[in-house]
Amino acid sequence: MADAEAETELITTADGIPLKQALKKALWQRKKTALLLVSPLFLFVLITFLIPIFDMLTRSVDNSIAGEQFPSVVVEIQRWDLDSSEIPDETTFQALFKDFKAGAERKTISRLGRRLNYEMSGMSGLFRKTARKIKKLEAPEAATEVMIAIDKKWGKLDTWRLIKRESGNYTNSYYLAAIDAEKLSDGSLAMKAEDRQVYVALFWRTIRLSITITILTILLGYPIAYLLATLKTKTSNMLIILVLLPFWTSLLVRTSAWIALLQKEGVINDILVAIGVLNDDSRLAMIHNEAGTIIAMTHILLPFMILPLFSVMKTIPPSWVRAARSMGATPFTAFRRVYLPNTIAGIGAGGILVFILAIGYYITPALVGGTKGTLISNFIAYHVSTSLNWGLAAALGTILLLLVLALYILYDKVVGISNMKLG
Amino acid sequence: MNKLLKQTLLATVAAGVVATAQAETTMVIVSWGGAYTKSQQRAYHQPYMDANPGITIVNDDSASEGASKLRAQVEAGNVTWDLLDAEAPNAITLCDEGLVEEINFDKDLAPAPDGTPASVDFGKSLVSDCFIPQIAYSTTLGYRSDIFDVGPTKMADVFDLKKFPGKRALEKRPDPNLEWALIADGVDPKDVYKVLDTEEGIDRAFKKLDTIKDQVIWWTKGSQPMQLLADGEVAFGSGYNGRLFEAIEVDKQPIKMLWDAQAIQLDGWVVPKGAPHKEEVMKYLRFATDTQRLADQAKFISYGPLRASSAPMVGKHADLGIDMGPHMPTAPANMKGAIFYDFEWWADNKDDLAERFESWLAK
Repeated sequence: MADAEAETELITTADGIPLKQALKKALWQRKKTALLLVSPLFLFVLITFLIPIFDMLTRSVDNSIAGEQFPSVVVEIQRWDLDSSEIPDETTFQALFKDFKAGAERKTISRLGRRLNYEMSGMSGLFRKTARKIKKLEAPEAATEVMIAIDKKWGKLDTWRLIKRESGNYTNSYYLAAIDAEKLSDGSLAMKAEDRQVYVALFWRTIRLSITITILTILLGYPIAYLLATLKTKTSNMLIILVLLPFWTSLLVRTSAWIALLQKEGVINDILVAIGVLNDDSRLAMIHNEAGTIIAMTHILLPFMILPLFSVMKTIPPSWVRAARSMGATPFTAFRRVYLPNTIAGIGAGGILVFILAIGYYITPALVGGTKGTLISNFIAYHVSTSLNWGLAAALGTILLLLVLALYILYDKVVGISNMKLG
Repeated sequence: MNKLLKQTLLATVAAGVVATAQAETTMVIVSWGGAYTKSQQRAYHQPYMDANPGITIVNDDSASEGASKLRAQVEAGNVTWDLLDAEAPNAITLCDEGLVEEINFDKDLAPAPDGTPASVDFGKSLVSDCFIPQIAYSTTLGYRSDIFDVGPTKMADVFDLKKFPGKRALEKRPDPNLEWALIADGVDPKDVYKVLDTEEGIDRAFKKLDTIKDQVIWWTKGSQPMQLLADGEVAFGSGYNGRLFEAIEVDKQPIKMLWDAQAIQLDGWVVPKGAPHKEEVMKYLRFATDTQRLADQAKFISYGPLRASSAPMVGKHADLGIDMGPHMPTAPANMKGAIFYDFEWWADNKDDLAERFESWLAK
């Protein structure tokens, strides 16, 4: 029926094209222009943000190195049972000898040793030692004996269980390590020994410190933003420059300044000793610990709280509080019932900005945090640039990303993301 | 087109062409920064650049993360370094992993003035096929001379918080802190690596480190402990003996050396695989590691040259005029109780202990 109607009432443009089509075409043209305009930004986000994140996600489970360095061993070991009480057969050892010799000549085999060392200490040394010796050997009749003669670890079940377990192209061991768990030699999961557990406690510390810093920036930033919003524009512009000034100073300079201020022989301690508040022996330890991280990061992140608060407060007419007062509200009630609810959007925006920045900070904690004030991001940086355990760094990074997303969703549920206002 | 504009354009293009034709080779040499890079600059880089006008040498101070950054560069397929200054254990590891070039010592390096081939002249310090030795240095301790009535004399004093209170600045890595902990706990310097080779020995070392852990500020760059000592932030600071020499003799800081249990290590060059200017770098190396140059470096910093033929040529400090002999880690008086760093042992165990050390720190 609809078809019949459309046919009878077909409206065409002057050159005979149905109006619907002509409109569609015109709209498509506009859409195309819009797409073209956003495409540079889209490509930018894709290349600098989405692809690296995807790369990080794959790195955290990637185990292709086993197949690269041990191409025939990973095939042969399939026939061997993980619960077997005997080491693999001669064919597997022949494959091991072949792969190892090739790898030693390429000089790449110790990379696999380093990889397996993450799971079991001593593997790196075993691979290096074997590589040194195997170069001088020819393919033997009995590879089993030769390998065990090089190092008796090749005759141990645990070594082979590890190789079997980590012979696939993907592994979950980085994630296990990132939550302080490990696979035992029989394949079951367990938490690491108490003195080897690091990351769970660090994740908690990172969250705890980030929340502390966020609350401190709210407490410090709120009065400042209020002052800026209520002063005359001319004066407030001047003061805003003081808020922005640290923004234009290098992060390292600001952090080093805090070191000069806070250290034992630093400015603050010197003044406190000079005016007699402190003894020379009881100087405060304000740096190379948690306090140092909190103080320096609160200062550095403060502008991110003040600016959204300021722009929200600017929009609140002073007459509202006056109206509340005129109707008999005490100053505190007027603030609590009228002013504060209107600034929630700014607090939310500043809070989430500061929190997310704080949770990923690493330069400042590295310089002023000592060992007690370092955050999970410092360990991610350590594994990226010093230990080169990129898999573990990727796993830690992924967990951190998920954690932030979870907190974001929680925030959305509690406060509502549409209530957030940046200005 | 406007005539003036045309002329300007032509001139610009011409200038560009000329500039490209005269393009210089810029070599990136990665070293440790501070006093050490300065000594290399004066003894090697500057004379070489003076003799070869086409060469510019750029210093990069990231040698403390050299091994890991080089791995990252190779894995990413983008090597930007031409030469890397590395400690012997790292050089061994890099060589094992095929990340640095093997060196033909007699062919690539200059013989001694009397014709002795380089491989003999360097002797025992050739610990790897890829490692070109430069200097022997030691990691040792300095202490503030103005806070104790009776100064510390032995490693055990560093771990004695009652007699010698105050913070200690130590390097944020397992070596040589584990060795020092064992020596302070009564192990003979000769047996340190025998003890460390057992699980109980490592536990014992960490247990001893536990006793001072609260009082330690961990440093990562060689300049930090000197700053901390100068500021009076710490009573003891571990550091490279050349930096301590500089702080004491050049900057006149109230610091004294505690040579006991100094860990003697070797430092030298490695050529990254895929270095952008390999040919020029090999020419530079032939110059920079000859007998005269190695001896010259000792005029600027108190590290011992590793060529046998350079040793007799070590004289006085270039600026201070003091005799450098007694300030070398290898001077007999300083050698009492010294630890000879076990390169092979550390090459095999570094990964494990670095991880254990990091988790111990985070506790």
